Amino acid sequence: MSLTAKDKKMVKAFWAKVSGKAEDIGCDALSRMLVVYPQTKTYFSHWKDLSPGSAPVRKHGGTIMGGISLAVASIDDISAGLLSLSELHAFQLRIDPANFKILSHNILVVLAVLFPNDFNPEAHVAMDKFLAAVGRALSEKYR
Amino acid sequence: MVGWTDFERATIQSIFSKMNYDDVGPAALSRCLVVYPWTQRYFGNFGNLYNAAAIQGNPMVAAHGKTVLHGLDRAVKNMDDIKATYAELSVLHSEKLRVDPDNFRLLADCLTIVVAARMGAAFTADVQGAFQKFLAVVVSSLGKQYH
Repeated sequence: MSLTAKDKKMVKAFWAKVSGKAEDIGCDALSRMLVVYPQTKTYFSHWKDLSPGSAPVRKHGGTIMGGISLAVASIDDISAGLLSLSELHAFQLRIDPANFKILSHNILVVLAVLFPNDFNPEAHVAMDKFLAAVGRALSEKYR
Repeated sequence: MVGWTDFERATIQSIFSKMNYDDVGPAALSRCLVVYPWTQRYFGNFGNLYNAAAIQGNPMVAAHGKTVLHGLDRAVKNMDDIKATYAELSVLHSEKLRVDPDNFRLLADCLTIVVAARMGAAFTADVQGAFQKFLAVVVSSLGKQYH
């Protein structure tokens, strides 16, 4: 299920529309993940405040969206573009890759909430495939 | 037997009482057929599913979307024993329709996205949690009679 030329075009066009709200998207997606999938909180025991929209959540949501932005810019070779992030996740963060799917789902929910008309089925399938590709690239160095 | 908090019960009743079934049902099923195209395998006799526009304009998809969504009414009315409520439907999907139960999860995800789009900011993290928990119980119950 690799990205077709049509998928890449759709992702770039959609990202151009939504990237202005990247920090809000990241903050809301991460907030939702921590509430709806409480097991994900285990990765953030070092934060003082895990409540939705808290300062560490907003900051980290922004960081994650920076990674997504980088992946959009590297869409023709996401593995190469995310190489150092992949190493970070594999050797230092060691986040179970199942969580990439969970966060991706929450990003899609936020896109639906914030962009109900633009996030039509064609944008949805392209973004779902793209986020899955990002997850795969991030897990590449795990073993 | 699943335990529901008062918030979860109220949230589910509220979402479904306000839902426009004629809009949400077709939107969820057509989205599922576009986002997860392998699900089209069950709709060989639905005519033109060739592209997203065709799927979204297909009257058989729309009608079936409404049918499926109304199927959730039983669970909404019987939240305390969804498993028993869906035993017969589970047998139907397994023995007659031969639907891979993983598809229930895919449709549930699309329904979540559609409801999120309709509700906007009212679809808070807590509401999302309640809705997803409800759908997870439905999905599990529909898969229970497969053998």
